[in-house]
Amino acid sequence: MAFEALTDKFSSIIKRLKGETYLTEKNMDEMLKSIRLALLDADVNYKVVKEFVNNVKEKAVGQEVYKKVNPSQMITKIVHDELVTLLGSTDSEIKYPTTRPIIIMLVGLQGTGKTTTAGKITKYLQEKLHKKTILAACDIYRPAAIDQLEQIAKQVNATFFSLGKENPVTIAKKAKELAFNEHYDALILDTAGRLQIDEALMDELKNIKAEVSPDEILLLVDAASGQDAINVALTFNEKLGLTGCIMSKLDGDARGGASLSIRHLTNVPIKFVGVGEKLNDLDAFHPNRMADRILGMGDVVTLVEKVKDEIDEKAMAKETEKMMSGSFTLDDMLHQMKQVKRLGSISSILKMIPGMPKITDEQKEKAEQEMKNFEVIINSMTREERMHPEILKNSRKIRIAKGSGKTSYDINRVLKKYEQMKEVTKRMKDYKKNGGRGLPPGMNFPGTM
Amino acid sequence: MGLFSFLKEKFSHKDKSSDSILTYDKGLKKAKKAFTDKINDISKDDSIPSNYFDKLEEILIEADVGITLTTEIINNLAKTIRENKIKTLHEANEALVSEMFKDYMKEENIVNDITFKESPTVLLVVGVNGVGKTTSIAKLANRYLKMNKTVMLAAADTFRAGAIEQLKEWGNRLKIEVVTGAVNSDPASVAYLAAKKAKEQKVDLLIVDTAGRLQTKTNLMNELSKISRVISKEIPNAPHETFLILDATTGQNGVIQAKAFNEATKITGAVITKMDGTSKGGILLAIRHDLNIPVRFIGLGETLDDLKEFDINLYLHGLCVEE
Repeated sequence: MAFEALTDKFSSIIKRLKGETYLTEKNMDEMLKSIRLALLDADVNYKVVKEFVNNVKEKAVGQEVYKKVNPSQMITKIVHDELVTLLGSTDSEIKYPTTRPIIIMLVGLQGTGKTTTAGKITKYLQEKLHKKTILAACDIYRPAAIDQLEQIAKQVNATFFSLGKENPVTIAKKAKELAFNEHYDALILDTAGRLQIDEALMDELKNIKAEVSPDEILLLVDAASGQDAINVALTFNEKLGLTGCIMSKLDGDARGGASLSIRHLTNVPIKFVGVGEKLNDLDAFHPNRMADRILGMGDVVTLVEKVKDEIDEKAMAKETEKMMSGSFTLDDMLHQMKQVKRLGSISSILKMIPGMPKITDEQKEKAEQEMKNFEVIINSMTREERMHPEILKNSRKIRIAKGSGKTSYDINRVLKKYEQMKEVTKRMKDYKKNGGRGLPPGMNFPGTM
Repeated sequence: MGLFSFLKEKFSHKDKSSDSILTYDKGLKKAKKAFTDKINDISKDDSIPSNYFDKLEEILIEADVGITLTTEIINNLAKTIRENKIKTLHEANEALVSEMFKDYMKEENIVNDITFKESPTVLLVVGVNGVGKTTSIAKLANRYLKMNKTVMLAAADTFRAGAIEQLKEWGNRLKIEVVTGAVNSDPASVAYLAAKKAKEQKVDLLIVDTAGRLQTKTNLMNELSKISRVISKEIPNAPHETFLILDATTGQNGVIQAKAFNEATKITGAVITKMDGTSKGGILLAIRHDLNIPVRFIGLGETLDDLKEFDINLYLHGLCVEE
């Protein structure tokens, strides 16, 4: 069970609630229990989860929720909004002093990605903001840490500063002197990884801070960190006064629940996230996306809103009627496909649907390509052919193939899909009879059926 | 005899200055404070309070045991307490620890050390980024050098800046050969070259370092299978051991990591690093319980000698036993 994606859990909760018109105490409790499980599996701190679930309960038990027509969407929104609030509603950016170099110091446990991130920030400063930057090697302990930083500095064309195994406080001080004297725009200090309980090494950081007064002291936190991440952050913050956090390794499948705990219990904002191994894989932090990730729900709220805005409900109803009466044409199919297309590319839609995050890029591309093919082919048909696809025999197919630049095999695929969509009308009738709501099963995205 | 008295008894006859006991006790001091002290503080008078199981849930989850396994442990414990009419907190906690570690305790006399059946024995070391692969390799090399084995290292992490230099520096310090390739060269070719050299020079142990990779990167995971295959071409049955390095601070993603790596290249054991921090290493339970991957070594400190063969009794002694 531990392996099951949260996504699956969350989808099943929503599924359970769908079709229930009102929230009752009973189904509410079950929903909250599942949310609690989801958060704990995401490594959100136990105490934070407790508080969070209580907050959601308070907000959801109100009258307005009970009266909503679709309680599952309402709950989704409350959970999501609450998470975003906890994560910090405003994006916190770095402020650059105008008259002197900015000093940024990176700290954290071993293996959280300080050196790589130092390179990423430097690249960002050098290339995006055209800031002349010094990268200073204050990690004198880990073998080859200095070599690693030097190689990275070379890759991003920054000035590399090292005094070998000299005292890190001295290194920081000299680096600062160089930055000020030579009118650099920025100085980044890469420090050694250390346990927050290592008094001697924590004192070293305090001394560096006292010596150079950094503008930013940023804590690196691994996205896969467990429950203890909060103790790490609390201690680093208490000793150094952190100005922000950077969550690394978010390109994996770790949910990064620690971000929520840290933000909530220390009030230190998350400023960047690391999203890959390359030096430009550093993103600004978006509370919204992080909330989705922790819940493992894709961008489900956005999807709900988009669907509501974009799909013309009346036209949809008309098409449904048509399909029911059996007069569904190729034109109708194309129209449906275009409706779906207006929502954005197939791949961005697939990404937003819970339960689908494992689709490969290859599959996504294929689905998108298929949709394009369908459109070209249908557009090469005469009106009559589109209204009555059954008249499409070989000679017509050859003409259409020539006109669209496709093969008759491709055209047969379109027709097969059309038959499939017609076929679902039967199932849809049953569905409607049983009082089903929402998108009928025939409204699957073409190419993904 | 209860578990705690058994452990106390077992190790009281041994020389207290014995290196392993000391390392375990010292390395697990913080974990003990965060776990054992907490379960002992649930009540002041050795009674089992009504909120005992709620408290346990909190403590276990905060130790990264994970909600699913925590629930299972607590349900089983409740049954044990009922059936054995346990009345004191001390006994209940003893039953708790037995329940938690039952997967580890059911096998007697497990040898977690590497056994040298063939020469060269090849150990492949894998894991996500930043868990301490290279450092663990240095510690393992140091261990077997002290046992008078000949050891060779292969720097098959050709990707991360400074990785080759890092392993080379360890090679210099330990005075052993490190087989390297060019930066960004094919890691499998480095592994192959090293396997060939190890065979020619008849070394006892070849340890192959690999680049850190997140388990979601399919290409990189396939690369591991390739490295493994290429080694076996030169030395049949190799790699004899493939160790997954896991950071003790990892949360529930650790199980997902272990599963994915195990699918890509058969894992023969895990090495838990950084146990000397404040993390309680609950991941150690989940990977054994869910995936049956045994912990073979445990990193209990920063010095070269602080990586120890995993021994459940020493572990529990360090974690639970009051001196």
